[in-house]
Amino acid sequence: METNIALYKYCVRIADTSLILAQRMCEWCGHGPVLEEDIAMSNMGLDLIGQARGFYSYAAKLEGKGRTEDDIAYFRNEREFLNRCLVEQPNTDFAYTMMRSFLHGCLSYLQFRTLVKSKDDTIAGLSEKALKEMTYHVRHASEWIIRLGDGTDVSHQKIKSALENLWQFTDELFEMDEVDQTLIKSGIACDLSLLRAEWDQMVNEVLAKAKLVRPTAGGYQSKGGFNGAHTEHLGHLLSEMQYLPRAYPDAIW
Amino acid sequence: MSTKENWPAWEVFTQQKNGAPHEHAGNVHAPDAEMALLNARDVYGRRQEAINIWVVPSVAITASTPEDMGPFFDPGNDKMYRWPNYYKTPEGIKQI
Repeated sequence: METNIALYKYCVRIADTSLILAQRMCEWCGHGPVLEEDIAMSNMGLDLIGQARGFYSYAAKLEGKGRTEDDIAYFRNEREFLNRCLVEQPNTDFAYTMMRSFLHGCLSYLQFRTLVKSKDDTIAGLSEKALKEMTYHVRHASEWIIRLGDGTDVSHQKIKSALENLWQFTDELFEMDEVDQTLIKSGIACDLSLLRAEWDQMVNEVLAKAKLVRPTAGGYQSKGGFNGAHTEHLGHLLSEMQYLPRAYPDAIW
Repeated sequence: MSTKENWPAWEVFTQQKNGAPHEHAGNVHAPDAEMALLNARDVYGRRQEAINIWVVPSVAITASTPEDMGPFFDPGNDKMYRWPNYYKTPEGIKQI
């Protein structure tokens, strides 16, 4: 596989995952359980949009067809989105939102921590900024999971249900294909399989503090989001997110 | 967190740069100190306003009341000798 084609896809996968989670986090704006969390979730959404912008812009440059970050974000359909399915799952409730951020955040943190040393300078630079953001997102979500898990009967039940329902999207976080293999060889991408042990450790530690039992391996696991196979939720999310630029393609700020 | 009462309030103090004093920024509600720190970061530190944050339970602060204003502060207004610039530096002296 040609490096530039692989690199384009690699960047779009990272950007899509950040953007879709950002859209979900920003859905909380004005609906947070308390003012402070409302601000926190929108803040984190904006961090993720920043990450997406960086990777989209780089992808657009690599592609060399004169498209912009906005073109890539707003004028592709569901099957062309390459995000991991975990992040498109609906907010459902605060516990779901925190668990989704946590499961994704731990891997994203580890990935950016490795990509800081990427041989591609742009990826390394974008990752450095993202790493600090993800460090905070993981801390924030972890603290909430611990408090919900070790809180009241109701809060425990909610976070337990979030964990058990979202677990089917965790193997997918580690999926790789020839895009990754091509870039790993040239020292640009990071080998996600090498991050699994540390991800397990991070997750287990927080679950133990939250008095939650890790779901057993061997259950159903979704796959293929990073190649465009999505759950039913992504289409609805896109119809809302992309409405304005599709209805008014010339709209500007 | 088991009741439906509001979480306790915490006063937030932010430091803008090394060596600068922590200044009162406002307050947040949070169930405990760690969450108060995270909330303070999100509400008062998200635009790089701070390099360090303190959170203090609001109940731990003892404040003077508006009625205290007279006895506390007025006696200072006719005592200029409490200000260093009240004293003239003797001629020819470079430093004290």
